[in-house]
Amino acid sequence: MELYKLTIHELKEKLKRGEISAKELTLEFIKRIERVDKDIHSFITLTKDESLKQAENADNKIKAGKDLPLLGIPLAIKDLICIKGVRTTCGSKILSNYVPPYDATVIKKMREGGAIFLGKLNMDEFAMGSSTETSHFGVTRNPWNLDVIPGGSSGGSAASVSADECAGSLGSDTGGSIRQPASMCGITGLKPTYGRVSRFGLVAFASSLDQIGPMTKDVTDTAILMNVISGRDTLDSTSADVPVPDFTKSLLNNVKGLKIGIPKEYFVEGMDGDVEKSVRDAVELFKKLGAEIKEVSLPHTDYAVSAYYVIAPAEASSNLARYDGVKYGYRTDNSKNLLSMYKKTREEGFGAEVKRRIMLGTYTLSSGYYDAYYLKAQKVRTLIKKDFDDAFKNCDILITPTAPTPAFKIGEKFDNPIQMYLSDIFTISVNLAGVPAISIPCGFSKDGLPIGLQIIGRHFDEETIIRAAYTFERNTDYHQKKPKIRK
Amino acid sequence: MKLSIKEVEHVAELARLELADVEKERFTHQLSNILTHIDKLNQLDTGNVEPTSHVLPIKNTFRDDVNKELFSEGNSLDNAPDKDKGYYKVPKIIEEA
Repeated sequence: MELYKLTIHELKEKLKRGEISAKELTLEFIKRIERVDKDIHSFITLTKDESLKQAENADNKIKAGKDLPLLGIPLAIKDLICIKGVRTTCGSKILSNYVPPYDATVIKKMREGGAIFLGKLNMDEFAMGSSTETSHFGVTRNPWNLDVIPGGSSGGSAASVSADECAGSLGSDTGGSIRQPASMCGITGLKPTYGRVSRFGLVAFASSLDQIGPMTKDVTDTAILMNVISGRDTLDSTSADVPVPDFTKSLLNNVKGLKIGIPKEYFVEGMDGDVEKSVRDAVELFKKLGAEIKEVSLPHTDYAVSAYYVIAPAEASSNLARYDGVKYGYRTDNSKNLLSMYKKTREEGFGAEVKRRIMLGTYTLSSGYYDAYYLKAQKVRTLIKKDFDDAFKNCDILITPTAPTPAFKIGEKFDNPIQMYLSDIFTISVNLAGVPAISIPCGFSKDGLPIGLQIIGRHFDEETIIRAAYTFERNTDYHQKKPKIRK
Repeated sequence: MKLSIKEVEHVAELARLELADVEKERFTHQLSNILTHIDKLNQLDTGNVEPTSHVLPIKNTFRDDVNKELFSEGNSLDNAPDKDKGYYKVPKIIEEA
């Protein structure tokens, strides 16, 4: 039996019954990583010794009869979430030597929940990208086809779960960075409601949009991880003081009477035929299972990418001002004075996409342009949010494709920023509105690449999303398909 | 919206980026294209729309003003590229006359 193929909840049962030890399991994953990661390259940093120590610790707790939600489960973390004492690079040269002196709140909670951390996962530099090609540490390859991208920016998080290099992972999502790679690697990924999960210890990209979320092999595992990481945190003033339900209670195979909206703006001409067919089939299945399907309109959908590419780079240009070579990170060794040290450090430390977004954000925030761009985009954001508010008056969830196409070839869109930006066209509005959304596998293209279904819910109603996603999963087998990793 | 090389140089200065000449040219072209795409927002009348900076109805959040040590001085300086006697060290700020 290949243990690394199992889900978190299956492994938990085996650990609890004493069939396997956490140490054996951790060694299985380390072996698996050593075997496949030279082809996939999900990991930037492996923490083998540390994870074996954590496993021994977990075994002691299991022997003592402790029952914790993640006790003895080996997981991996996107490399922009701080783990104390473990290098956290954000996929960038400018943080290539940064070792955080503290744990992010989500890490603290997972530690308390008994988790084992295998290492840190590759990503687009500062989470800016849709293909994991902008990482300073090289590209990650899609386990379903090594010539195509895994999606991004959480490409390492998606590929590692798909390739069974860990039992589950954490990603982050600013405009689709959990859902789009989950879709392209054939796994499950949830972006929680903005404010559901603490951002303390998450390296900031666009603070009003960023959210951490689970990336897993099935919906049950997503619910288990959500139970651990959710909740108000005094170290993040934007984390919301709302009750956290037990998300595993929503794992119900039942959508009878559920009102599902299909936004007509998401089914436009020119959309990939395989994607459209898979999503239409999914809608039919929900109908057969007793859900009520209705067409709805999100009229400002067409403006979301433009609004996003004002707001996100503007916030990024401000957040990334801190990388100046003074307190941490990379510093140039050829500067004459302080100003040239700043400029050379940033020029040498950031990659092309990050510079492009800093430039864009600095421009739209600069004197004379603020009203025309930033303020205008914030007003359009209000209209986009109102679209969702209106749609949710008449339905409980919305269903759309996660991405307009399956994963594309490595290099295909690398030099064309606008084409790359448009690959997030179906996920971006969700971040602007702050609502939660999941991507689950719903089919394959003719070329055998995974296709994802996006389910969007009301603010703080991850429960209904989980219920719908679980029902779909129980009535299909796409989530059980595994890639054959080949050269 | 079409940008000039001069505008790109000005923005790079504000962003503290010392761009190479090829980057200036590339960004002039690419940022012009992106801004043209963004100009689509002007098709919408937003005269009576309030801006959204943040989606949650949270206004101000307060906590008791109690001093807590999150990191020690040593921890805080561990990542410094250059340090001396408990301080961050940077190149000279004041030029000689």
